[in-house]
Amino acid sequence: MEKIDLNKVESSLLMSIADIPGITPGAFSLRKNGKPVYVNTTPNINILPKKDKPGIDIYVRADTKDEDVHIPVVITESGVSDTVYNDFYIGKNADVVINAGCGIHNDGCTDTHHNGIHRFFLEEGAHVVYIEKHYGEGEGTGKRILDPVTEVTLGKGATMEMQTTQIKGVTSTIRTSEAVLGDDSSLVISEKIMTHDDQLAETHFTVNLDGKGSSCQVTSRSVATENSRQKFVSKVFGNNECFGHVECDAIIKDNGKVSSCPEVTSNCIDAMLIHEAAIGKIAGEQITKLMTLGLTAEEAEAEIINGFLK
Amino acid sequence: MLELKNINFSADGKQILKDINLTIGAGKFIAITGPNGSGKSTLAKIIMGIEKPDSGTITFDGKDITNATIDERANAGISFGFQQPVVFKGITVSDILNLASKKTLSRDDACEHLSMVGLCANDYLDREVNSSLSGGELKRIEIASVIARGTKLTIFDEPEAGIDLWSFKNLIKVFNDMRTRIDGSIVVISHQERILSIADEIVLLSDGHVEKVVPQGESLGAVLGEQASCRKL
Ligand SMILES: Nc1ncnc2c1ncn2[C@@H]1O[C@H](COP(=O)(O)OP(=O)(O)OP(=O)(O)O)[C@@H](O)[C@H]1O
Ligand SMILES: [Mg+2]
Repeated sequence: MEKIDLNKVESSLLMSIADIPGITPGAFSLRKNGKPVYVNTTPNINILPKKDKPGIDIYVRADTKDEDVHIPVVITESGVSDTVYNDFYIGKNADVVINAGCGIHNDGCTDTHHNGIHRFFLEEGAHVVYIEKHYGEGEGTGKRILDPVTEVTLGKGATMEMQTTQIKGVTSTIRTSEAVLGDDSSLVISEKIMTHDDQLAETHFTVNLDGKGSSCQVTSRSVATENSRQKFVSKVFGNNECFGHVECDAIIKDNGKVSSCPEVTSNCIDAMLIHEAAIGKIAGEQITKLMTLGLTAEEAEAEIINGFLK
Repeated sequence: MLELKNINFSADGKQILKDINLTIGAGKFIAITGPNGSGKSTLAKIIMGIEKPDSGTITFDGKDITNATIDERANAGISFGFQQPVVFKGITVSDILNLASKKTLSRDDACEHLSMVGLCANDYLDREVNSSLSGGELKRIEIASVIARGTKLTIFDEPEAGIDLWSFKNLIKVFNDMRTRIDGSIVVISHQERILSIADEIVLLSDGHVEKVVPQGESLGAVLGEQASCRKL
């Protein structure tokens, strides 16, 4: 295993996006300032660079259990524009946790842009927990832009849990996720987004419930503060006997604006689809209750938002 | 310890509290009763600072707190258990207990607070305080959070409402324990004869004013007789 040195800024970015201070044992791929800088594989998990474009192919052997894959991206140079294509092939009955995430530190005045184009192919009975955190920081006026694309194909009985979090500091993000579900497969997406300043966050989900007995549960919790704007678009197609539930819950503060555009389409008499959306400011009585426990109004608000996004 | 002088309060053009004068002595157990809509909850909210009176003064421990905010009063030593507990999204029972006691409680300590209200910590600590909890469960968690604060003055607004019989007996024990343990004053808004019977004084509110203050031992019958709604459970 080659040795890799990370500076303070890079370590702290890794901490923010993956709760790790640096390289950890196990399957790992680190991309820094638009270039791959470190790769480690295990007997069950192979990581190969793509030949035709930037990115990697990740192969998880059938029946692999209890392994983690880390594929963090850190960008500390201002003005980097990076699009990376990562494909994940998850073998039959494998069960792994994949930690992705992108941290941008931009102290300059030019924009930093990262697009992670991720495709997942899960074979029969495979189970993946996919955790992705986005975070931005830095004093510069340059924007921090993240436009991730995720495509998921679930084989028979496969299950995927996708947890995406945008903590703070991302100027603009347009997230596009598409999924096609086979028989008895299930997809659980939980999204958490916090925006501030003049930030923009858009999420577009398209889920095709093609398989008999397939199900999806999409939960979006977001907080839009100051002048930020968010848009949540979800399209769920029930093409077989299936179950789909989309829930969008947003707190708005200051001049924050959120719009939620649900679209559920049933192409099969046995499809059951539900969409719920709630947008509003923090309930006054919640603040009052916490104040009766001795918190100031500001502390109460922070506590409520923390809990909401936990 | 707490003194209300000439408190008036109106909302939506309707006078809800009319010239309330009330003193709650240190270490006392006071019950407030009266018909639905007589202003009991409003009075409690005025004491906690959730509503501001149009006129009158409130003194607590010799300090004028009439213009103090809710959190200032909370930190000065006043606690309030809501009649209708507030629900949240994502805040757990253990979060609430930690916030109430201003420290991160060990599981054992949290367990102690919950067992006082008849709940098993393992089943509840990690549950969210949301509407998936039953009315009685929410009410007990509300009571536990207030007890966890252990302040000089604690006000409970109809703590018995929605609580089953076994817990109700326990509740009386909890009040008695609280009195000995924190040596503070307890005000309980209640319609329950059992609770009224253990109070040092019963304050009867009627149509926004103090109808009478009945010391312990004096005939409760008269109070209850006049107020049929006092028997509501
Ligand atoms: N903010 C408000 N705006 C308008 N009317 C109010 C407001 N708050 C209370 N009231 C009215 O004041 C009266 C007293 O209400 P309060 O909740 O204090 O009664 P209560 O004695 O606690 O009744 P209950 O036994 O049903 O709990 C009621 O008629 C109520 O409708
Ligand atoms: Mg009331």
